[in-house]
Amino acid sequence: MNRTNQIYLLKRIVTATVSLFIVSTAVFAITQILPGNAATVILGNEATEEAVKEIEAQLGLNRPLWQQYIDYMIGLLTLNFGISLTSQQPVMSMVWPRFIRTLQLAMVTMGMTVITAIPLGVIAAKERDSKIDYLITTSTYLGMSVPSFVTATLLLLVFTTGPFGFLPSGGYTPISQNVIEWLQRIFLPALSLTVIVMAYVLRQTRSSMIETLESKYIRTARLKGVGESKVLFNHALRNGLLPTVTVLAINFGWLMGAVVIVEEIFRYPGIGELIVIAIRNRDLPVIQAGVLIPSAAFIFANLTADIVYTWLDPRITMGDQ
Amino acid sequence: MTQSDINNTILEVENINVEFSVPDGTVQALRDVSVSLDKGETLGIAGESGSGKSTLALAIVQYLDSNGHVSDGSIRFKGRDILNASKDELRSIRGGEIAHVAQRPSQALNPSLTIGEQISESIRLHQDIDSSDDARERTIEVLDQVNIPDPAEMSERYPHELSGGQQQRAMLAIGLSCNPDLLILDEPTTGLDVTTQAKFLDLIQDLKSEYNTAILLITHNLGVISEIADRVNVLYAGKMVEKGPVKEVFSNPANPYTQALLATTPELGVDKELRPIPGRIPDLDNIPDGCIFADRCDYATEKCETGSIRMETVSERDGHESRCLHWETAISDPIEAEESAAPSHTPGEDVLSAEKLKKYYDVGGVIQNRFFDHQPVQAVSDVSLTIRESETVGLVGESGCGKSTLGRTLLKLHDTTDGSIEFRHQELSGLNKEQLQQFRSECQIIFQDPEASLNPNKTIEEIIERPLKLFTENPPEERQQRITELIEQMNLGREIRSKYPHELSGGQQQRVAIARAFAANPSLIVLDEPVASLDVSVQASILNLLNELRDEYGTSYLLISHDLSVIESICDRVAVMYLGEIIETGTTSEIFAPPYHPYTRSLLRSIPTLDPTEDIAQIRLDGDVPSARDPPSGCSFHTRCPKKIGDICETEDPQLESVGDTDNSHCISCHLDQDQIESPLDMVANPEM
Repeated sequence: MNRTNQIYLLKRIVTATVSLFIVSTAVFAITQILPGNAATVILGNEATEEAVKEIEAQLGLNRPLWQQYIDYMIGLLTLNFGISLTSQQPVMSMVWPRFIRTLQLAMVTMGMTVITAIPLGVIAAKERDSKIDYLITTSTYLGMSVPSFVTATLLLLVFTTGPFGFLPSGGYTPISQNVIEWLQRIFLPALSLTVIVMAYVLRQTRSSMIETLESKYIRTARLKGVGESKVLFNHALRNGLLPTVTVLAINFGWLMGAVVIVEEIFRYPGIGELIVIAIRNRDLPVIQAGVLIPSAAFIFANLTADIVYTWLDPRITMGDQ
Repeated sequence: MTQSDINNTILEVENINVEFSVPDGTVQALRDVSVSLDKGETLGIAGESGSGKSTLALAIVQYLDSNGHVSDGSIRFKGRDILNASKDELRSIRGGEIAHVAQRPSQALNPSLTIGEQISESIRLHQDIDSSDDARERTIEVLDQVNIPDPAEMSERYPHELSGGQQQRAMLAIGLSCNPDLLILDEPTTGLDVTTQAKFLDLIQDLKSEYNTAILLITHNLGVISEIADRVNVLYAGKMVEKGPVKEVFSNPANPYTQALLATTPELGVDKELRPIPGRIPDLDNIPDGCIFADRCDYATEKCETGSIRMETVSERDGHESRCLHWETAISDPIEAEESAAPSHTPGEDVLSAEKLKKYYDVGGVIQNRFFDHQPVQAVSDVSLTIRESETVGLVGESGCGKSTLGRTLLKLHDTTDGSIEFRHQELSGLNKEQLQQFRSECQIIFQDPEASLNPNKTIEEIIERPLKLFTENPPEERQQRITELIEQMNLGREIRSKYPHELSGGQQQRVAIARAFAANPSLIVLDEPVASLDVSVQASILNLLNELRDEYGTSYLLISHDLSVIESICDRVAVMYLGEIIETGTTSEIFAPPYHPYTRSLLRSIPTLDPTEDIAQIRLDGDVPSARDPPSGCSFHTRCPKKIGDICETEDPQLESVGDTDNSHCISCHLDQDQIESPLDMVANPEM
């Protein structure tokens, strides 16, 4: 790795760290303005003023704001988000396993998207304006325009009941326990998300591949006598898939939020369900962790995209503005 | 046809028609075009944009866009029928036997593959070379053949890590890697600096004498054809209008279009009034009867408007043909450019002057500049320049020399790093908001790409009205009157008012941009490569228009151009820039005659002339322009200077010093003494003269 590349990577890592810092501060600020306070959450509305004061002192909520902020940031650095107000468990032990499950769902969705959307997008671009192209593009538009709860419900109806009902209707089995069952349970929620993400990724792949295939260097390759399959794989893909990488990373962020509904429908014990409950209960530490951890994952995904980009396109480090 | 004829002729295109289907009809891009090319011969195809010259090249390799096809005629390559060749056959011909070297190498090379990979791919496809070591060896050999320095190291690089000239060489290397029988060069030097172009043309000359490759050279640049082609075919609006040996066609053109084209092309050292060709190239979806050039031709008679006009033989011996009924009249009474009238204007007061102007800018981000080595680009360093009333000052230099940056900095479009700019003896940095607004209205700029500089969502009328609203307090009726006046002055039709920029041709767009610049009666206009993207016939009319407008309004111009012949044809004074510094300045006649700065001399010697018999010993500059982030010590030109005298060039920065007799107008920054600068050592008399 040369020097310009190192500088580039360093810059990206610094940017990611700064974003992480800003996000954590924003999360702290938002939870401060959220209506309702922790003491009343714990004690209920009928609590006496003294009891509230006592609880606040116990939780450290009567200290000045800046002190709470510093404690909060120190907590973040040590991955300690405190104790849940409702369940009295350490927040990390509640959020982390669920985050991992949601992450699995997101990863499976991304995996399914990559293996379907990219080849289909490439085919659509290659056969531009043909029947195949129309079929591929219209069907993905359809998938995108149906809300995820409808898709999810339909999938649930078709694949868990009646003649095709060979899949379990929901829940979660750890991968370490039974891989097949894990896959069976994760497949449907992942599929209902894939249908949506796929449309974006496919559209991007198709349009950037079309642009690439019309570029002058593809003409150069063909006029060198390079066969069509080599033109596609050796010359076009690497350049044509660049924008797709960004779209994948952005959609990963979207997935982290969009899973809530799908998790609910498939009774999938992910982070979405936890956040919904935490918000309802004003369980601030859980909300903070539940928002921050997926945000960090999103920032990390974008950092990865940037690194993949440098690997795909040798020009990046030079034209880095 | 005898056996030897068959063996000798590589390519025979016979009477082909190429059609493109478009939403509202058919465009007949090429009609009845025939071309034949022998082994070892170089044939130039000359034509302006829209003439169909690139279409011809692509038809030969059967790579027309999907809506186009050859509807009639035949193309035979080494006796084989290209039009009916199978896919496999075509694949082995392309790259293996016919190499197509495309224009704009920065787009034609794959950005994510190394140069070596792109060359060896071709080698492996077409030659019996399988091992990667052998392919690599051959790759380095070809890179060496096209004079790429340090080929082994260069083959590991990506296209963006090469200079423009090197990229073009790499393209050529791909083409040459399989020893093709036919090399198609499509605008090979367009977009290259003259010095780079000259070296590229030298290379082609060398290859011609070394190998027996036939070359089809497609270009709009007549100078390039005159320099390296043996025969020339002139294409106009999809029809071949003249064919013949280069010497014959250039000295004795037998077609009015060829004559007009030559008369409209500016030439160095030739004092001629550029004659624009009236009208514009016809639309090819509705071809009129008769001669396609008739409506723009000075010789046209009624007979030209009907029937089909055939190729007439001008000289059987030379194979000189012309598609013109009146070719005899055209030869006996040719269109020639007249000598230009003596300039009628005299420069007045100083309008804008810069003193020790510096413009540096940073590359890289904040972090890099703060924590790592910080080297700004020294785009403009210590430039002093004065522009007087109704004077045209030319600013010339290779790309990256800082001429555009200087133009923009002078107009305060960039902040200055150091130095002062005075407008009518008033320091610009001291202007308040109102005065700055006044300055903005007094100083306008016109850019190279008119389409990009006109708002696509506004009509022409709105575009021209904009500065009138901004800078004048005229009521609407007066504004409308002024718009009418301007449109008339620009020779634009009245119907243009309600049109949008994309509906106009490049030349018309540039006229609108000029009208907009002139709307508020500015005293200075910076013209940044105003004709670089236009065809020569249009270029001449724009240059003439600029001249007329200057005489009428007394406006001053700063004309930025890489094209010395454009500079020579319209400028009063010239400043030559190299790496952010002005290295020579003087009146136009002083700059274009000895004594020269060695750099100016190399620039002048790099330009191909329109006279194929002229044979001037060339000066070629080594290497590329050094980086402006780290300019060489001493004289910044010493790394490439053919006249370098010694250590002094590396250690001491020469100052601009007067070399003229009396009035200090001609200044050169060079350590050579007067005699050395004066002596034209590199000029070799033409043996035929």
